[in-house]
Amino acid sequence: MKQKDIAALLDEPACSHNKKSKAGCAKPKPGATAGGCAFDGAQIALLPIADVAHIVHGSIACAGSSWDNRGTRSSGPRLFRIGMTTDLTEQDVIMGRGEKRLFHSIKQAVENYQPAAVFVYNTCVPVLIGDDIEAVCKAAEERWGTRVVPVDAAGFYGTKNLGNRIAGEAMVKYVCGTREPDPLPPAATETGFKIHDVTLVGEYNIAGELWHVLPLLDELGLRVLCTLSGDARYREVQTMHRSEVNMMVCSKAMINVARKLQESFGTPWFEGSFYGVRDVSQALRDFARLIDDADLTERTEILIAREEARIDELLEPWREQLRGKRVLLYTGGVKSWSVIAALQDLGMEVVATGTRKSTEEDKARIRELMGQDAVMLEEGNPRALIDLVRDKNVDVLIAGGRNMYTALKARIPFLDINQEREFGYAGYEGMVELARQLVLTIDSPVWPSVRKPAPWQRPAGESASEASV
Amino acid sequence: MTEIIKRKKALSVSPLKASQTIGAALAFLGFRRAIPMLHGSQGCTAFGKVFFVRHFREPIPLQTTAMDQITTVMGSEDSVVEGLKTISEKNKPSLLGVPTTGLSETQGSDVNMAVKDFRRKYPQFDAIPVVAVSTPDYSGCLETGFAKAVDEIIKTLVPKANDAGTQPGRRKRQVNVLVGSFLTPGDLEELKEMIEAFGLRPVLVPDLSDSLDGHLGEQDFSPLTIGGTDVSELLALGDAVATLVVGASMQKAADSLKALTGVPDYRFDHLMGLDAVDGLIDTLHRISGEPVPAKLERQRAQLQDAMLDCHFMLGMSRIAIAADPDLLIGFSQMLAGVGAETVAAVSPIGTSTLQLVETEAVKVGDLEDLEMLARDNRAEVLIANSHGVESAARLGIPLLRAGFPQYDLVGGYQKVWIGYRGTRQVLFDLANIMLSLEKGEIHAYRSIYAQKTDDSEILFNESGATTSARGMQH
Repeated sequence: MKQKDIAALLDEPACSHNKKSKAGCAKPKPGATAGGCAFDGAQIALLPIADVAHIVHGSIACAGSSWDNRGTRSSGPRLFRIGMTTDLTEQDVIMGRGEKRLFHSIKQAVENYQPAAVFVYNTCVPVLIGDDIEAVCKAAEERWGTRVVPVDAAGFYGTKNLGNRIAGEAMVKYVCGTREPDPLPPAATETGFKIHDVTLVGEYNIAGELWHVLPLLDELGLRVLCTLSGDARYREVQTMHRSEVNMMVCSKAMINVARKLQESFGTPWFEGSFYGVRDVSQALRDFARLIDDADLTERTEILIAREEARIDELLEPWREQLRGKRVLLYTGGVKSWSVIAALQDLGMEVVATGTRKSTEEDKARIRELMGQDAVMLEEGNPRALIDLVRDKNVDVLIAGGRNMYTALKARIPFLDINQEREFGYAGYEGMVELARQLVLTIDSPVWPSVRKPAPWQRPAGESASEASV
Repeated sequence: MTEIIKRKKALSVSPLKASQTIGAALAFLGFRRAIPMLHGSQGCTAFGKVFFVRHFREPIPLQTTAMDQITTVMGSEDSVVEGLKTISEKNKPSLLGVPTTGLSETQGSDVNMAVKDFRRKYPQFDAIPVVAVSTPDYSGCLETGFAKAVDEIIKTLVPKANDAGTQPGRRKRQVNVLVGSFLTPGDLEELKEMIEAFGLRPVLVPDLSDSLDGHLGEQDFSPLTIGGTDVSELLALGDAVATLVVGASMQKAADSLKALTGVPDYRFDHLMGLDAVDGLIDTLHRISGEPVPAKLERQRAQLQDAMLDCHFMLGMSRIAIAADPDLLIGFSQMLAGVGAETVAAVSPIGTSTLQLVETEAVKVGDLEDLEMLARDNRAEVLIANSHGVESAARLGIPLLRAGFPQYDLVGGYQKVWIGYRGTRQVLFDLANIMLSLEKGEIHAYRSIYAQKTDDSEILFNESGATTSARGMQH
């Protein structure tokens, strides 16, 4: 990928804060950087497309330690769970055999797994040795008769966020618009109301949480042409261009997709979240607003009223246990604000939030929710996190899995919110699970157990004796 | 306060209870060169033998007074005398146990008189100790039979301090350990190791970890036990610095030992979970005057870490347990310590100690009761003996095997449940079972408008509800 292409991706006119620097969101600092690379971001963004063979072209470190490592779920094919990499050897690098190996790898994947398409992720080493994966993909596609999409995302191009955009760019460039949507199924004509086509961009179906939301959309007559990319199929991605409204689910990660679809096809889009009662309702309303169908608007309000009342009742017992509990939220991007609302809905107090991957707009939203004095953690080394937990009397730390064991070692209750988690928190239903998991850890009896000293370490006279001398 | 719900139904279905008689036999098997002779029909012994052979995968020395129609009607004391003589002549055991059965008790057989008869008639066998214990199978269960036998053995063979001249604390390093039937040979090894870590010498009464630990000995065949507590140790229990008592069921035996010897005792209901083990280690620390060894401090810290790691899976998990009271108490308290809930608890018998079970109510009953309670209370995991397999399968939940008998897996007798290390492993095992349930899994949903052409993996049943195709039998 050329430097100017990268710069173009970083220059995102749809971002309201896109005024001054064109250097991208955050420049990684040697020696003090956590978080994934562009390859990581690209792979993570597209891997959930379930019927595609995802081939990582590179040496083993890229795929070897990342394959099948995401909590996304498929309702059908499991091909995406099979890790595929060209696993380049020293000989391949020295002799320049990378392209040849890739060509045969594509053949092998097509013959053995009959994928709907093949995605080839480029990584640092083949980029450095000059493999032309675009040409290989084109040749392979002609030779083996299956779509082969290059995703040029070497790690050194930039951050995970950039990788997300590269992935989105590849979808828009190579896949969107290559097929027209299927005709509506007969069931859709029996509903008596008009069915509208929408897409969800940046929804990854972590732990299957999309399935908490889909039934609501079905009920409203919103056909999800495609999710990019949770539980998606290649043939669905092909039809994204026919969507009437696009929802950006995961903040700005793939904002370029929404913008390009708007530029090319005039599709309006909005940014929303499925975390928290308020946000779910807001997202449904936004669909109705942009589609501008009076009947849909009315049915949406009825559904929201019904669901909110139902969930409110389900949440009430949990609220009693969570009210006033203090949370330190350390996550990035959209979650930094969308989860705040969800926690506030539960009566909890968010004392600080991380903003490492958040955009300026995310931060504005945080201030809206937490007030102007909101404590924002730009950088969260473990020490600082733990100190803050102690200083602020925090009851639970909510963060990504990689911080989990740091928290546990410091004897701090913890909830995993990132992609590796086992539980889905999206939709109205997801709130109940979130509340449950919060109570589970905050009220666990293990905390006093791990904090108290052993009986023989207590001052004399204090130790309780079980003797019956 | 834990409610104890008495048995109401007439029929016991999928029984949980193992008899008091074989519980007593098990206690005798924990002594060296011992053999229990059940006073009953030969079937009483044969069933007991198979029960233990399958559980321990070891030859089990067990004899019978082989009551037949004539002795049953005319009096069976002579059979006892004859049996004792035969075994004494043939095998010269170091200890002969005579647990009674429902048959001999109902008949009204006076086994103590029979033993006296034996002593009078055969003084040449005076050196062979004989302990009779009343253990009809129409009351109690394996746990109570075991405890009763230990109590009788103490009352019969441990001399009064005054008579024998024993003095508490004369053996500064000796610690007597009365252990209940719920401790496996693996548990006992772990317990001994913890005690020895303080420079103390444990004398276990009885010691199944020396007889039924499944070791390959030099001897090709032995009609008697090949290990266990040496009977001669019983004479010197009174010299010990302290007695540890493990198991709420062992209170009476502990009272007897203390009354006879005056050795101070420290009682523990069980040794599962951080608090219980802390109690033991602190006691050992105080008895020995030694600092807590670094190894144990480390194990404690490891357990704490495991508690943190596992609380995500075990918190609010719903467990159904069927076991004898001591094991039930231990499990329920240990589980409560990590936030797991015992939502169904069944004990084969009612005891006052069941108050200690951390749950709302304990049902006195069988595995059918457990199954119904587990279903009603939406249990996620079953803890029971091997007979729980079918219940677990019908409930569609996994089974963790514990207690007697475990005949469908190897090494159940060697599993360690106690101590910091044992607790840690149990937490890991249970947490892994929880993970395998994929509890957080959201049922896959296919939009009615979906453009997907592949078959969904979800199975749709007639009601339209989705069910998982995944099997989960452990």
